[in-house]
Amino acid sequence: MAEAGRLNVPTAPLILTEPVTVVRVAIIVFILVLWEAIAQSGLLYRDVVPSLLAIGAAIVKLLSTSDYYWHLWVTTGEVGTGLAVGGVSGLVVGLVLGANRMLSKSFEPYLYYLGPTPKIIFFPVMIMWFGVGGGSKVAMGAISCFFPIALSTAAGMRQIDRVLIRVGQSFRANAWQMATKIYLPAMRHPIINGVRLGLGVAIIGTLLAETKLSNRGVGFLIIQAYSLFDMPRMYAMLIVLFVVAIGANALVGRLGGLSTIRQR
Amino acid sequence: MTVAAITRSRVFPLALGLGSLALAILAVEVLIRMGAINRFIVPLPSQIAMAFERVIVEEDIAPRFQLTFFEAFTAGAMITVVGVSLGLLLFRINVLRQATETWVAAMASAPTVLMYPLFLVVFGRSAWTIIMMGFVAGLPPVILKTIEGLSATRRVLINVGKSFKLTGTQLFIKILFPAALPTIFVGVRLGLIFTLINVVGVEFLINFGGLGQLINDLAERYDLPGTYAAIFFVILVSVCFFVLTEWIERWLRPVD
Repeated sequence: MAEAGRLNVPTAPLILTEPVTVVRVAIIVFILVLWEAIAQSGLLYRDVVPSLLAIGAAIVKLLSTSDYYWHLWVTTGEVGTGLAVGGVSGLVVGLVLGANRMLSKSFEPYLYYLGPTPKIIFFPVMIMWFGVGGGSKVAMGAISCFFPIALSTAAGMRQIDRVLIRVGQSFRANAWQMATKIYLPAMRHPIINGVRLGLGVAIIGTLLAETKLSNRGVGFLIIQAYSLFDMPRMYAMLIVLFVVAIGANALVGRLGGLSTIRQR
Repeated sequence: MTVAAITRSRVFPLALGLGSLALAILAVEVLIRMGAINRFIVPLPSQIAMAFERVIVEEDIAPRFQLTFFEAFTAGAMITVVGVSLGLLLFRINVLRQATETWVAAMASAPTVLMYPLFLVVFGRSAWTIIMMGFVAGLPPVILKTIEGLSATRRVLINVGKSFKLTGTQLFIKILFPAALPTIFVGVRLGLIFTLINVVGVEFLINFGGLGQLINDLAERYDLPGTYAAIFFVILVSVCFFVLTEWIERWLRPVD
């Protein structure tokens, strides 16, 4: 019986033979082959599309130089500070607007309409206010992430179960206790989503500011590679940057326990 | 008037918002005149108000607006045509959809605007760099919302179409597309917003084109009132664009 049982155990399907995986692999291979063919053909201006080997070598070279990590650290510091400033102010504004219907009706439309405007246009003003150094980049990051976090928090606040609020009030919780014991735990999901959105736009805002006017940071390195027409290095930096940005976004979701919230 | 009545009122919150804004502007004006805020860093709001006329008359605002509109419109038309077509393709071929939908979603959240130096190399410092940046940024939401809209078509509508023995093309034209149109438009609207953000942003960054370049030009000339006026003008254009697309979206889906 035991033998028969063992024989009946279904064998795990070979993942590689699943149609979706086959299609994915086929698309990746097609793109890589097409890329290499264009690189070798000379159809485009030399080095606009460098060979995959050159890009791979540039990635290895980039990741093995300490200079890159220093610039990455500068950008990380600017994005982190911008996210902290914009995030905390966005959270406070979101809590205030979410808690008061009249304030929400009065001021939220301004946030709602200012949110989708291109924030980079404020960069000249930020330079005037905070100088050409890191301050203006931090400010760009803060402005960028303020709007999604504030709007997400305000929306999350309005979705809190009224029962939870009444429970807090019946225990005569003060404003601070209501915020820390009821509002913030109940709004975990929208706040994390807001922070994820905010992180994405803070990275974009900070890096765009670095490409425009800076002598440090990853944005500066990208525009420097463009100026020197060092295309493999530019591709390498963009690839590494995309991986870092997507990884940071996933990390925020994981640290905030987004997956466990979804499972409930 | 009770607090509840004030909260329900439509006029009072609007007045409070506008009044607070006016008060803040007045406070800045007073603080600058008192010397509490450096007027070489923040210009007087009254100077900014007067600079509007100068910016509109002397800085060729109409041709700049036309250029930005042309770039955004071209990119918008491209995202609509390509996005809806790709969405339809992925809806029709399920295995392709399963294989690539997460990639499209990842692309939507990726910082694609940072690829602008790459586009500069490929397309040169021209309107096409700006259009293509707008296109790349605005494409993913259109694809995702097209798939969502087509997938959400009620089964009963499709069955009605089949009972009338409609062909695949007829089913798409008469049933699927009209049913999915409101959701597709949500995607087009989101895509247009991303497109406009990128078009103005890249204009500013590469100092080429319409309204984005205007801000850069004025800032480089240290024309602070003009810079602030141009920024307000761009915000106004964005808000008008946003309100217009929102209005069309409501018109397309009157009942949620």
